[in-house]
Amino acid sequence: MISIRNVSKHYGSFQVLADCSTEVAKGEVIVVCGPSGSGKSTLIKCVNGLEPFQQGEIWLNGISVGDPKTNLPRLRAHVGMVFQNFELFPHMSIIDNLTVAQVKVLGRNLDESTNKSLKLLDRVGLKTQAGKFPGQLSGGQQQRVAIARALCMDPICMLFDEPTSALDPEMINEVLDVMVELAREGMTMMVVTHEMGFARKVAHRVIFMDHGRIIEDAGKEDFFGTPRSERAQVFLSKILQH
Amino acid sequence: MYEFDWSSIPGALPFLWRGMCISLEITLTAIGVGILWGTLLALMRLSKLRVLGWFAAGYVNLFRSVPLVMVLLWFFLIVPQLLEKLLGLPPGSDARLSSAIVGFALFESAYYSEIIRAGIQSVPKGQASAAYALGMTYGQAMQLVILPQAFRNMVPLLLTQAIILFQDTSLVYVSALADFFGAAYKVGDRDGRLVELLLFAGAVYFVICYSASLLVKRFQKGTSA
Ligand SMILES: Nc1ncnc2c1ncn2[C@@H]1O[C@H](COP(=O)(O)OP(=O)(O)O)[C@@H](O)[C@H]1O
Ligand SMILES: [Mg+2]
Repeated sequence: MISIRNVSKHYGSFQVLADCSTEVAKGEVIVVCGPSGSGKSTLIKCVNGLEPFQQGEIWLNGISVGDPKTNLPRLRAHVGMVFQNFELFPHMSIIDNLTVAQVKVLGRNLDESTNKSLKLLDRVGLKTQAGKFPGQLSGGQQQRVAIARALCMDPICMLFDEPTSALDPEMINEVLDVMVELAREGMTMMVVTHEMGFARKVAHRVIFMDHGRIIEDAGKEDFFGTPRSERAQVFLSKILQH
Repeated sequence: MYEFDWSSIPGALPFLWRGMCISLEITLTAIGVGILWGTLLALMRLSKLRVLGWFAAGYVNLFRSVPLVMVLLWFFLIVPQLLEKLLGLPPGSDARLSSAIVGFALFESAYYSEIIRAGIQSVPKGQASAAYALGMTYGQAMQLVILPQAFRNMVPLLLTQAIILFQDTSLVYVSALADFFGAAYKVGDRDGRLVELLLFAGAVYFVICYSASLLVKRFQKGTSA
Protein backbone atom coordinates (compact mmCIF):
# COMPACT_ATOMS: atom_id res chain seq x y z
CA MET A 1 0.00 0.00 0.00
CA ILE A 2 2.71 2.49 1.06
CA SER A 3 6.23 1.94 -0.10
CA ILE A 4 8.97 4.34 0.99
CA ARG A 5 12.25 3.69 -0.83
CA ASN A 6 15.53 5.39 0.09
CA VAL A 7 13.93 8.77 0.71
CA SER A 8 16.21 11.66 1.61
CA LYS A 9 15.32 15.27 2.18
CA HIS A 10 17.35 18.26 3.19
CA TYR A 11 16.82 21.93 3.86
CA GLY A 12 20.00 23.48 2.49
CA SER A 13 22.75 21.52 4.17
CA PHE A 14 20.50 20.23 6.95
CA GLN A 15 19.50 16.61 6.42
CA VAL A 16 15.93 16.04 7.67
CA LEU A 17 15.48 12.56 6.22
CA ALA A 18 18.37 10.26 5.41
CA ASP A 19 17.79 7.21 3.24
CA CYS A 20 14.49 6.17 4.80
CA SER A 21 12.88 2.97 3.58
CA THR A 22 9.90 1.02 4.80
CA GLU A 23 6.76 -0.71 3.60
CA VAL A 24 3.21 -0.59 4.92
CA ALA A 25 1.01 -3.40 3.69
CA LYS A 26 -2.74 -3.12 3.28
CA GLY A 27 -4.43 -3.35 6.67
CA GLU A 28 -1.19 -2.84 8.55
CA VAL A 29 -0.83 -0.40 11.43
CA ILE A 30 2.62 1.17 11.79
CA VAL A 31 3.61 3.33 14.72
CA VAL A 32 6.42 5.82 14.19
CA CYS A 33 8.20 7.19 17.24
CA GLY A 34 11.40 9.00 18.04
CA PRO A 35 12.70 12.13 19.71
CA SER A 36 11.38 15.53 18.76
CA GLY A 37 13.03 16.85 15.62
CA SER A 38 13.92 13.40 14.34
CA GLY A 39 11.91 13.83 11.14
CA LYS A 40 8.71 11.92 11.93
CA SER A 41 6.33 14.66 10.77
CA THR A 42 8.42 15.29 7.69
CA LEU A 43 8.39 11.60 6.75
CA ILE A 44 4.66 11.23 7.15
CA LYS A 45 4.03 14.43 5.19
CA CYS A 46 6.17 13.13 2.37
CA VAL A 47 3.80 10.17 2.06
CA ASN A 48 0.95 12.32 0.74
CA GLY A 49 3.22 14.85 -0.92
CA LEU A 50 2.64 17.68 1.54
CA GLU A 51 6.43 17.86 1.81
CA PRO A 52 8.58 17.42 -1.29
CA PHE A 53 11.68 15.22 -1.06
CA GLN A 54 14.82 15.30 -3.17
CA GLN A 55 15.85 11.66 -3.35
CA GLY A 56 14.16 8.29 -3.37
CA GLU A 57 10.64 7.23 -4.20
CA ILE A 58 7.35 6.87 -2.40
CA TRP A 59 4.66 4.71 -3.92
CA LEU A 60 1.11 4.91 -2.69
CA ASN A 61 -1.28 2.30 -4.01
CA GLY A 62 0.82 2.01 -7.17
CA ILE A 63 1.19 5.76 -7.73
CA SER A 64 4.53 7.54 -7.42
CA VAL A 65 4.13 10.50 -5.05
CA GLY A 66 7.34 12.25 -6.12
CA ASP A 67 6.59 12.07 -9.84
CA PRO A 68 5.91 15.62 -11.06
CA LYS A 69 3.21 14.22 -13.36
CA THR A 70 1.22 12.80 -10.45
CA ASN A 71 -2.00 14.64 -9.72
CA LEU A 72 -1.33 15.20 -6.03
CA PRO A 73 -4.72 16.68 -5.09
CA ARG A 74 -6.48 13.65 -6.54
CA LEU A 75 -4.10 11.32 -4.70
CA ARG A 76 -4.48 13.17 -1.38
CA ALA A 77 -8.25 13.10 -1.62
CA HIS A 78 -8.09 9.43 -0.69
CA VAL A 79 -5.36 9.59 1.92
CA GLY A 80 -6.71 10.68 5.28
CA MET A 81 -4.50 12.85 7.43
CA VAL A 82 -4.94 13.88 11.05
CA PHE A 83 -2.80 16.62 12.54
CA GLN A 84 -1.48 17.37 16.00
CA ASN A 85 -3.47 20.62 16.14
CA PHE A 86 -6.65 19.18 14.59
CA GLU A 87 -6.73 21.89 11.90
CA LEU A 88 -10.48 22.01 11.68
CA PHE A 89 -11.61 25.01 9.65
CA PRO A 90 -12.68 27.51 12.34
CA HIS A 91 -14.96 29.53 10.07
CA MET A 92 -17.12 26.53 9.21
CA SER A 93 -19.59 24.55 11.31
CA ILE A 94 -18.68 20.98 12.18
CA ILE A 95 -20.96 19.58 9.51
CA ASP A 96 -19.50 21.96 6.89
CA ASN A 97 -16.01 20.89 7.90
CA LEU A 98 -17.02 17.36 7.00
CA THR A 99 -18.95 18.09 3.82
CA VAL A 100 -16.84 20.76 2.12
CA ALA A 101 -14.24 18.47 0.59
CA GLN A 102 -16.79 15.77 -0.26
CA VAL A 103 -18.69 18.32 -2.33
CA LYS A 104 -15.83 20.39 -3.75
CA VAL A 105 -13.19 17.69 -4.17
CA LEU A 106 -15.11 14.45 -4.73
CA GLY A 107 -18.06 16.11 -6.44
CA ARG A 108 -20.64 14.37 -4.26
CA ASN A 109 -24.00 16.06 -3.99
CA LEU A 110 -24.86 17.87 -0.79
CA ASP A 111 -27.49 15.40 0.49
CA GLU A 112 -25.25 12.42 0.08
CA SER A 113 -22.35 14.28 1.69
CA THR A 114 -24.47 15.42 4.62
CA ASN A 115 -25.69 11.89 5.24
CA LYS A 116 -22.19 10.53 5.14
CA SER A 117 -20.96 13.27 7.48
CA LEU A 118 -23.71 12.61 10.01
CA LYS A 119 -23.01 8.88 9.89
CA LEU A 120 -19.33 9.42 10.62
CA LEU A 121 -20.02 12.04 13.29
CA ASP A 122 -22.28 9.49 14.92
CA ARG A 123 -19.50 6.96 14.73
CA VAL A 124 -17.13 9.20 16.70
CA GLY A 125 -19.97 10.01 19.09
CA LEU A 126 -20.48 13.64 18.07
CA LYS A 127 -23.63 13.68 15.97
CA THR A 128 -25.29 16.17 18.31
CA GLN A 129 -22.47 18.68 17.74
CA ALA A 130 -22.99 18.94 13.98
CA GLY A 131 -24.24 22.55 14.07
CA LYS A 132 -21.54 23.89 16.37
CA PHE A 133 -18.25 25.51 15.41
CA PRO A 134 -14.83 24.01 16.16
CA GLY A 135 -14.08 26.63 18.81
CA GLN A 136 -17.06 25.41 20.84
CA LEU A 137 -15.71 21.86 21.18
CA SER A 138 -13.06 20.43 23.49
CA GLY A 139 -9.73 19.34 22.04
CA GLY A 140 -10.66 15.68 22.19
CA GLN A 141 -13.93 16.36 20.42
CA GLN A 142 -12.18 18.42 17.75
CA GLN A 143 -9.71 15.65 17.06
CA ARG A 144 -12.53 13.12 16.74
CA VAL A 145 -14.21 15.47 14.27
CA ALA A 146 -10.93 15.70 12.36
CA ILE A 147 -10.79 11.91 12.14
CA ALA A 148 -14.40 11.80 10.96
CA ARG A 149 -13.61 14.49 8.38
CA ALA A 150 -10.80 12.36 6.96
CA LEU A 151 -12.97 9.24 6.94
CA CYS A 152 -15.68 11.03 4.97
CA MET A 153 -13.37 10.89 1.95
CA ASP A 154 -13.31 7.05 2.01
CA PRO A 155 -9.54 6.98 2.46
CA ILE A 156 -7.46 4.01 1.37
CA CYS A 157 -5.12 4.69 4.29
CA MET A 158 -4.84 7.10 7.21
CA LEU A 159 -1.85 9.12 8.35
CA PHE A 160 -1.73 10.47 11.91
CA ASP A 161 0.84 13.02 13.10
CA GLU A 162 0.90 12.99 16.90
CA PRO A 163 -2.89 13.09 17.13
CA THR A 164 -2.96 13.18 20.92
CA SER A 165 0.06 15.35 21.74
CA ALA A 166 -1.91 18.58 21.99
CA LEU A 167 -4.63 17.08 24.19
CA ASP A 168 -5.20 17.29 27.90
CA PRO A 169 -4.50 13.86 29.41
CA GLU A 170 -8.14 13.14 30.19
CA MET A 171 -9.03 13.51 26.52
CA ILE A 172 -6.38 11.28 25.04
CA ASN A 173 -8.32 8.07 25.45
CA GLU A 174 -11.46 9.18 23.65
CA VAL A 175 -9.30 9.82 20.58
CA LEU A 176 -7.22 6.65 20.95
CA ASP A 177 -10.43 4.62 21.26
CA VAL A 178 -11.58 5.84 17.87
CA MET A 179 -8.18 5.02 16.39
CA VAL A 180 -8.10 1.55 17.93
CA GLU A 181 -11.50 0.79 16.51
CA LEU A 182 -10.35 1.99 13.11
CA ALA A 183 -7.25 -0.20 13.28
CA ARG A 184 -9.31 -3.25 14.25
CA GLU A 185 -11.55 -2.70 11.25
CA GLY A 186 -8.52 -3.15 9.04
CA MET A 187 -7.67 0.42 8.09
CA THR A 188 -4.12 0.86 6.85
CA MET A 189 -2.56 3.35 9.26
CA MET A 190 0.72 5.13 9.74
CA VAL A 191 0.70 6.77 13.16
CA VAL A 192 3.31 9.08 14.60
CA THR A 193 2.75 8.83 18.35
CA HIS A 194 4.40 8.26 21.67
CA GLU A 195 1.36 6.45 23.02
CA MET A 196 3.01 3.09 23.52
CA GLY A 197 -0.21 1.67 24.94
CA PHE A 198 -1.78 2.25 21.55
CA ALA A 199 1.22 0.67 19.84
CA ARG A 200 1.03 -2.42 22.04
CA LYS A 201 -2.68 -2.77 21.42
CA VAL A 202 -2.94 -2.47 17.65
CA ALA A 203 0.40 -1.82 15.94
CA HIS A 204 1.88 -4.46 13.71
CA ARG A 205 5.24 -2.78 13.51
CA VAL A 206 7.04 0.05 15.27
CA ILE A 207 9.50 2.36 13.55
CA PHE A 208 11.98 4.33 15.60
CA MET A 209 13.56 7.40 14.04
CA ASP A 210 16.49 9.51 15.10
CA HIS A 211 18.29 12.32 13.24
CA GLY A 212 16.29 11.68 10.10
CA ARG A 213 17.11 7.98 9.97
CA ILE A 214 14.96 4.94 10.55
CA ILE A 215 16.98 3.22 13.26
CA GLU A 216 14.57 0.42 14.07
CA ASP A 217 11.80 -1.08 12.03
CA ALA A 218 10.62 -4.10 13.92
CA GLY A 219 7.58 -6.17 14.73
CA LYS A 220 5.80 -5.01 17.86
CA GLU A 221 6.97 -7.94 19.99
CA ASP A 222 10.58 -7.51 18.97
CA PHE A 223 10.47 -3.79 19.51
CA PHE A 224 9.03 -3.92 23.00
CA GLY A 225 11.03 -7.01 23.85
CA THR A 226 14.55 -5.93 23.04
CA PRO A 227 15.08 -2.99 20.75
CA ARG A 228 18.35 -3.57 18.98
CA SER A 229 19.67 -0.03 19.09
CA GLU A 230 20.79 1.67 22.25
CA ARG A 231 19.10 4.91 21.18
CA ALA A 232 15.75 3.17 20.98
CA GLN A 233 16.29 1.55 24.36
CA VAL A 234 17.07 4.86 25.99
CA PHE A 235 14.12 6.52 24.27
CA LEU A 236 11.73 3.73 25.27
CA SER A 237 12.83 3.74 28.87
CA LYS A 238 12.25 7.51 28.97
CA ILE A 239 8.75 7.49 27.54
CA LEU A 240 7.62 4.32 29.32
CA GLN A 241 8.46 5.86 32.68
CA HIS A 242 5.41 8.08 32.59
CA MET B 1 -13.08 90.73 11.59
CA TYR B 2 -14.20 88.27 8.94
CA GLU B 3 -18.00 88.02 8.56
CA PHE B 4 -19.26 84.54 7.82
CA ASP B 5 -21.94 84.24 5.19
CA TRP B 6 -23.32 80.75 4.73
CA SER B 7 -26.08 81.79 2.33
CA SER B 8 -24.53 80.26 -0.78
CA ILE B 9 -24.59 76.72 0.69
CA PRO B 10 -28.32 75.83 0.59
CA GLY B 11 -28.66 76.61 -3.09
CA ALA B 12 -25.51 74.67 -3.88
CA LEU B 13 -26.58 71.50 -2.06
CA PRO B 14 -27.74 69.57 -5.18
CA PHE B 15 -24.40 70.33 -6.87
CA LEU B 16 -22.50 69.33 -3.74
CA TRP B 17 -24.54 66.15 -3.50
CA ARG B 18 -23.58 65.24 -7.06
CA GLY B 19 -19.99 65.83 -6.01
CA MET B 20 -20.45 63.52 -3.02
CA CYS B 21 -21.78 60.84 -5.37
CA ILE B 22 -18.62 61.12 -7.46
CA SER B 23 -16.44 60.87 -4.34
CA LEU B 24 -18.34 57.78 -3.23
CA GLU B 25 -18.19 56.27 -6.70
CA ILE B 26 -14.43 56.65 -6.80
CA THR B 27 -14.10 55.29 -3.25
CA LEU B 28 -16.28 52.25 -3.79
CA THR B 29 -14.78 51.32 -7.15
CA ALA B 30 -11.26 51.71 -5.80
CA ILE B 31 -12.15 49.51 -2.81
CA GLY B 32 -13.63 46.85 -5.07
CA VAL B 33 -10.78 46.82 -7.57
CA GLY B 34 -8.25 47.35 -4.79
CA ILE B 35 -9.40 44.24 -2.93
CA LEU B 36 -9.54 42.06 -6.07
CA TRP B 37 -6.27 43.24 -7.60
CA GLY B 38 -4.70 43.55 -4.14
CA THR B 39 -5.57 39.91 -3.42
CA LEU B 40 -3.97 38.82 -6.70
CA LEU B 41 -0.88 40.90 -5.94
CA ALA B 42 -0.68 39.40 -2.45
CA LEU B 43 -0.95 35.88 -3.86
CA MET B 44 1.76 36.67 -6.41
CA ARG B 45 3.96 38.09 -3.69
CA LEU B 46 3.56 34.90 -1.66
CA SER B 47 3.90 32.65 -4.69
CA LYS B 48 6.80 30.26 -5.13
CA LEU B 49 7.27 31.59 -8.66
CA ARG B 50 10.00 34.19 -8.25
CA VAL B 51 8.97 36.21 -11.29
CA LEU B 52 5.49 36.78 -9.91
CA GLY B 53 6.91 37.68 -6.53
CA TRP B 54 9.26 40.21 -8.07
CA PHE B 55 6.55 41.74 -10.19
CA ALA B 56 4.22 42.16 -7.21
CA ALA B 57 6.97 43.51 -4.98
CA GLY B 58 8.00 45.99 -7.67
CA TYR B 59 4.43 47.11 -8.19
CA VAL B 60 3.76 47.59 -4.49
CA ASN B 61 7.02 49.40 -3.84
CA LEU B 62 6.54 51.67 -6.82
CA PHE B 63 3.06 52.80 -5.85
CA ARG B 64 3.92 53.12 -2.19
CA SER B 65 6.91 55.33 -2.96
CA VAL B 66 5.28 58.00 -5.09
CA PRO B 67 2.76 60.59 -3.90
CA LEU B 68 -0.84 59.80 -4.74
CA VAL B 69 -1.36 63.23 -6.26
CA MET B 70 1.35 62.49 -8.81
CA VAL B 71 -0.16 59.15 -9.73
CA LEU B 72 -3.46 60.91 -10.26
CA LEU B 73 -1.86 63.48 -12.53
CA TRP B 74 -0.11 60.80 -14.58
CA PHE B 75 -3.35 58.99 -15.07
CA PHE B 76 -5.14 62.22 -15.78
CA LEU B 77 -2.64 62.87 -18.56
CA ILE B 78 -2.40 59.32 -19.92
CA VAL B 79 -5.69 57.52 -19.43
CA PRO B 80 -7.96 59.84 -21.48
CA GLN B 81 -5.74 59.36 -24.52
CA LEU B 82 -5.58 55.62 -23.92
CA LEU B 83 -9.33 55.37 -23.63
CA GLU B 84 -9.78 57.41 -26.76
CA LYS B 85 -7.57 54.98 -28.63
CA LEU B 86 -8.91 51.80 -27.05
CA LEU B 87 -12.62 52.58 -27.06
CA GLY B 88 -12.59 54.86 -30.07
CA LEU B 89 -14.00 57.77 -28.07
CA PRO B 90 -13.94 61.12 -29.82
CA PRO B 91 -10.93 63.18 -28.73
CA GLY B 92 -11.61 65.54 -25.89
CA SER B 93 -14.42 63.44 -24.38
CA ASP B 94 -14.49 63.68 -20.60
CA ALA B 95 -12.52 60.78 -19.19
CA ARG B 96 -11.51 62.57 -16.01
CA LEU B 97 -13.70 60.37 -13.83
CA SER B 98 -12.48 57.13 -15.42
CA SER B 99 -8.86 58.20 -15.16
CA ALA B 100 -9.34 59.20 -11.52
CA ILE B 101 -10.95 55.84 -10.80
CA VAL B 102 -8.21 53.89 -12.56
CA GLY B 103 -5.50 55.89 -10.78
CA PHE B 104 -7.04 55.37 -7.37
CA ALA B 105 -7.75 51.70 -7.94
CA LEU B 106 -4.19 50.92 -9.03
CA PHE B 107 -2.70 53.02 -6.24
CA GLU B 108 -4.90 51.60 -3.50
CA SER B 109 -4.29 48.03 -4.70
CA ALA B 110 -0.71 48.41 -3.56
CA TYR B 111 -1.85 49.25 -0.03
CA TYR B 112 -4.60 46.65 0.02
CA SER B 113 -2.21 43.96 -1.18
CA GLU B 114 0.02 44.57 1.84
CA ILE B 115 -2.92 44.33 4.22
CA ILE B 116 -4.16 41.20 2.49
CA ARG B 117 -0.73 39.61 2.44
CA ALA B 118 -0.46 40.10 6.20
CA GLY B 119 -3.98 38.68 6.53
CA ILE B 120 -3.07 35.55 4.58
CA GLN B 121 0.07 35.10 6.63
CA SER B 122 -1.97 35.40 9.82
CA VAL B 123 -3.76 32.14 8.97
CA PRO B 124 -1.82 29.25 10.54
CA LYS B 125 0.11 27.15 8.00
CA GLY B 126 -1.57 23.99 9.22
CA GLN B 127 -4.85 25.21 7.74
CA ALA B 128 -3.42 25.05 4.23
CA SER B 129 -1.91 21.62 4.96
CA ALA B 130 -5.29 20.37 6.14
CA ALA B 131 -6.98 21.73 3.02
CA TYR B 132 -4.42 20.12 0.73
CA ALA B 133 -4.59 16.87 2.69
CA LEU B 134 -8.30 16.72 1.88
CA GLY B 135 -7.43 16.87 -1.81
CA MET B 136 -8.09 20.53 -2.39
CA THR B 137 -6.19 22.34 -5.12
CA TYR B 138 -4.33 25.58 -4.42
CA GLY B 139 -7.31 27.55 -5.71
CA GLN B 140 -9.81 25.65 -3.59
CA ALA B 141 -7.65 25.90 -0.48
CA MET B 142 -7.34 29.66 -0.96
CA GLN B 143 -10.97 30.26 -1.78
CA LEU B 144 -12.57 27.96 0.78
CA VAL B 145 -10.13 27.92 3.68
CA ILE B 146 -7.41 30.58 3.69
CA LEU B 147 -8.98 33.74 2.25
CA PRO B 148 -12.23 33.56 4.27
CA GLN B 149 -10.18 33.44 7.47
CA ALA B 150 -7.70 36.02 6.23
CA PHE B 151 -10.45 38.50 5.32
CA ARG B 152 -12.21 37.96 8.62
CA ASN B 153 -9.00 38.96 10.40
CA MET B 154 -8.51 41.93 8.09
CA VAL B 155 -11.92 43.58 8.10
CA PRO B 156 -11.00 46.40 10.52
CA LEU B 157 -7.82 47.25 8.61
CA LEU B 158 -9.59 47.15 5.27
CA LEU B 159 -12.30 49.49 6.55
CA THR B 160 -9.75 51.86 8.04
CA GLN B 161 -7.96 51.93 4.70
CA ALA B 162 -11.33 52.64 3.02
CA ILE B 163 -11.82 55.69 5.25
CA ILE B 164 -8.38 57.02 4.34
CA LEU B 165 -9.20 56.37 0.71
CA PHE B 166 -12.42 58.33 0.97
CA GLN B 167 -10.50 61.33 2.31
CA ASP B 168 -7.87 60.96 -0.37
CA THR B 169 -10.46 61.18 -3.13
CA SER B 170 -10.41 64.95 -2.52
CA LEU B 171 -7.06 64.96 -4.35
CA VAL B 172 -8.85 64.53 -7.67
CA TYR B 173 -9.37 68.28 -7.57
CA VAL B 174 -6.05 68.41 -9.46
CA SER B 175 -7.94 67.18 -12.52
CA ALA B 176 -10.67 69.79 -11.96
CA LEU B 177 -13.15 66.98 -11.37
CA ALA B 178 -16.19 68.06 -9.34
CA ASP B 179 -16.01 65.47 -6.58
CA PHE B 180 -17.37 66.67 -3.24
CA PHE B 181 -14.29 68.69 -2.40
CA GLY B 182 -13.96 70.00 -5.96
CA ALA B 183 -17.62 70.99 -6.01
CA ALA B 184 -17.31 72.85 -2.71
CA TYR B 185 -14.24 74.62 -4.00
CA LYS B 186 -16.01 75.63 -7.20
CA VAL B 187 -19.03 77.02 -5.39
CA GLY B 188 -16.87 78.92 -2.91
CA ASP B 189 -14.74 80.32 -5.68
CA ARG B 190 -17.78 81.41 -7.69
CA ASP B 191 -19.47 83.15 -4.76
CA GLY B 192 -16.33 84.47 -3.13
CA ARG B 193 -17.14 82.31 -0.06
CA LEU B 194 -14.25 79.88 -0.14
CA VAL B 195 -13.73 79.89 3.63
CA GLU B 196 -17.33 78.96 4.40
CA LEU B 197 -17.51 76.28 1.74
CA LEU B 198 -14.22 74.68 2.77
CA LEU B 199 -15.25 74.73 6.45
CA PHE B 200 -18.53 73.14 5.46
CA ALA B 201 -16.80 70.49 3.32
CA GLY B 202 -14.35 69.77 6.14
CA ALA B 203 -17.20 69.31 8.58
CA VAL B 204 -18.91 66.86 6.24
CA TYR B 205 -15.71 64.83 5.76
CA PHE B 206 -15.17 64.82 9.50
CA VAL B 207 -18.68 63.62 10.32
CA ILE B 208 -18.58 60.84 7.74
CA CYS B 209 -15.08 59.60 8.51
CA TYR B 210 -15.35 59.90 12.26
CA SER B 211 -18.64 58.01 12.40
CA ALA B 212 -17.23 55.37 10.09
CA SER B 213 -14.19 54.92 12.30
CA LEU B 214 -16.45 54.63 15.36
CA LEU B 215 -18.33 51.89 13.53
CA VAL B 216 -15.08 50.09 12.78
CA LYS B 217 -14.09 50.26 16.46
CA ARG B 218 -17.43 48.83 17.46
CA PHE B 219 -17.08 46.09 14.90
CA GLN B 220 -13.60 45.31 16.20
CA LYS B 221 -14.92 44.96 19.75
CA GLY B 222 -17.75 42.80 18.47
CA THR B 223 -15.45 40.34 16.72
CA SER B 224 -12.72 40.14 19.31
CA ALA B 225 -15.22 39.42 22.11
N1 LIG C 1 10.92 24.37 6.78
C1 LIG C 1 11.99 23.92 7.46
N2 LIG C 1 13.21 24.47 7.28
C2 LIG C 1 14.28 24.03 7.95
N3 LIG C 1 14.24 23.01 8.84
C3 LIG C 1 13.06 22.42 9.07
C4 LIG C 1 11.87 22.83 8.40
N4 LIG C 1 10.85 22.04 8.82
C5 LIG C 1 11.38 21.19 9.72
N5 LIG C 1 12.70 21.41 9.88
C6 LIG C 1 13.61 20.66 10.74
O1 LIG C 1 13.54 19.32 10.37
C7 LIG C 1 13.67 18.49 11.52
C8 LIG C 1 12.59 17.45 11.56
O2 LIG C 1 11.34 18.08 11.80
P1 LIG C 1 10.04 17.23 12.05
O3 LIG C 1 9.84 16.30 10.91
O4 LIG C 1 8.96 18.17 12.36
O5 LIG C 1 10.42 16.38 13.33
P2 LIG C 1 9.48 15.60 14.35
O6 LIG C 1 8.11 15.57 13.78
O7 LIG C 1 10.11 14.26 14.47
O8 LIG C 1 9.54 16.35 15.64
C9 LIG C 1 13.68 19.41 12.72
O9 LIG C 1 15.00 19.53 13.18
C10 LIG C 1 13.19 20.72 12.18
O10 LIG C 1 13.79 21.78 12.87
MG1 LIG D 1 6.31 16.35 14.55
